[in-house]
Amino acid sequence: MLRFLTRRVIGAAVILVIISGVTFFLFFVIPADPARLACGKVCPPETLAQARHNLGLDQPVVVQFVSWLGGIFFGRNYEGLGTCPAPCLGYSFVNRAPVFETIIDRLPVTIALTIGASVIFLTFGVATGILAALRQGKPLDKIASISSLVGASMQIYFVGTLAMYFFVYQAHIFPQPKYIPITQDPLGWFGGLLLPWIVLAIIFTANYTRMTRSTMVENLAEDYVRTARAKGMSGRSVVLRFALRGTLTPIITIFGVDLGQLIGGAIITETTFGLQGIGRLSVRAVDNSDLPTLMATVLVAAGAIVVMNIVVDALYAVIDPRVRLS
Amino acid sequence: MTTPTSTAPEIDATSVTEAPEAVGRSPGQLMWLRFRRDRTGVISAAIVIFFFLVAILAPVISMVYGKDPYTLYGQDRPGLLNDFGYAMAPNGGISSEFWFGIEPNLGRDVFMQLVYGIRTSLLIAVVATILTTLIGIVVGIIAGYAGGKTDFFIGRIIDLMLSFPQVLFIIAFTPVVDQLLVPSNEETPVWLRAVTLTILLTVFGWAGLARLLRGQVLSMREREFVEAAKVTGASPARIVFKELLPNLWTPILIQSTLLLPALVTAEAALSFLGVGMGEQVPDWGRMFLRATQVYQNDITYLIFPGVALLIFVIAFNLLGDSVRDAFDPKIKR
Repeated sequence: MLRFLTRRVIGAAVILVIISGVTFFLFFVIPADPARLACGKVCPPETLAQARHNLGLDQPVVVQFVSWLGGIFFGRNYEGLGTCPAPCLGYSFVNRAPVFETIIDRLPVTIALTIGASVIFLTFGVATGILAALRQGKPLDKIASISSLVGASMQIYFVGTLAMYFFVYQAHIFPQPKYIPITQDPLGWFGGLLLPWIVLAIIFTANYTRMTRSTMVENLAEDYVRTARAKGMSGRSVVLRFALRGTLTPIITIFGVDLGQLIGGAIITETTFGLQGIGRLSVRAVDNSDLPTLMATVLVAAGAIVVMNIVVDALYAVIDPRVRLS
Repeated sequence: MTTPTSTAPEIDATSVTEAPEAVGRSPGQLMWLRFRRDRTGVISAAIVIFFFLVAILAPVISMVYGKDPYTLYGQDRPGLLNDFGYAMAPNGGISSEFWFGIEPNLGRDVFMQLVYGIRTSLLIAVVATILTTLIGIVVGIIAGYAGGKTDFFIGRIIDLMLSFPQVLFIIAFTPVVDQLLVPSNEETPVWLRAVTLTILLTVFGWAGLARLLRGQVLSMREREFVEAAKVTGASPARIVFKELLPNLWTPILIQSTLLLPALVTAEAALSFLGVGMGEQVPDWGRMFLRATQVYQNDITYLIFPGVALLIFVIAFNLLGDSVRDAFDPKIKR
């Protein structure tokens, strides 16, 4: 297990360095004057010169990239702007703050959005999947398969905006979506995120229902399930302790992918509901040509995907003893 | 590496190649027979064909309908838009003249925007699907068939591509392309934006299919029919094209029917995030972008593209399912 983890972590680190390198090269090297971009639209000459110096543009690209990488571990010192302690992901001229601070500031929004929605779509999706598998061909099964088809075909920017219109502005059932820290007001936190959670869940549930249903149908036909039944085990135990276990692997696979994508920035969801998370931050960084922030959000997003991949692979072995990590 | 459970359907090569000899039908005929019996499949195919026809016949529809997608009817004619730029008539200005209402502010005809918008979305999605599939096939077969170092190297590239935060990278990179190729005082030409989007969608799209096909080829490489071909002295090219490829058409076809609607929605999502087509080209994604800005005052402008896209995607997903069933009736869904 330890050897597996070490190897995967090294592999992941290599992938992250390559992704950062590609991003760095494309965005720092290709545009005509990155310093001007970093400095912003209204840019006095002295600020521009400082920006150029701070970005280290007088140095070769590789040196620039290495010092950026080094900053993550050792911190950097920006003359005239102050120090940027490790982990330093660069200094944003637009936000006038070290990028890492902004990321830490926005991360709770995205995490709260992701976790809340996951709880709903995971429980709901798996539950409907099991029920549909147990009642194959019955009305409930048909309703579940039709609604999961429709759900999977929906787009957040459409359904989310529609929900905002009807439930927030017309019927006033939900408050305007916003993020309030849970420590400050737990009820407000819940209410402010409830609508985004539900909309995200509507779209994501479908996948889990379909996946759970199909693997469950297969597992229920397996010999070991029949044996358990023949031994006189209750229907509930057979389903929950035997058949469900076999369905966990594919569910964890897609859950890992979804979680990685969502934590890396639910860009469209956050844009639709106006939530200021990592996704929104990255879009703003693109709009403002805020390269250091953009680099950091790319790194966070790629990191989330890579880490979730490792977690999923490690979990396989925990759930299914037949899987050998090699 | 662990052994992740493949979410893709297991393809049993024998089921495709071995048609019952007594009847004497080709696999294609069998597939077609099964497909025709599937009512959902036929209906969804009809809907998909309808969308393609609308895209192809857009100029004809425009002629019959008597309007084009470019004229700013609301601004040219007083009495259509109020001082705030919204349609005066209820429901976004739906009338016998403007079937789906009028676009807020610019005052273009929504029906025409929708009809011509399909062209943009479908063109980008179809081209990207074809390119993605081609690259996926080539890379997947090479990795699976060559094995060894080639396979390892390609596998790592696939890992890398799948770890990229794609949406973020595309919205970030598109302005860079503009900056590089377009002088700062000019607007980005439409074709350039379309080409950029198509290429970027392709660059990030092929890895998934390649990984899937690699697995298929890997499992087939050791089978008897490939060995037999090798023994008879068939060239690698012959083995790939005549022995392996015919067995891969099923997963390829299924994956590309699922890929196309995914790319249509991806294009719309990118436009929604601001890296889509300019004002001068009708585009569904831009309609969403505009609609989400004005929905509090004019919800109808959101509903038309939203429902149209939803119907298209549902029909295409259903079609994908039916194609899969027709090709491989053994798969249980």
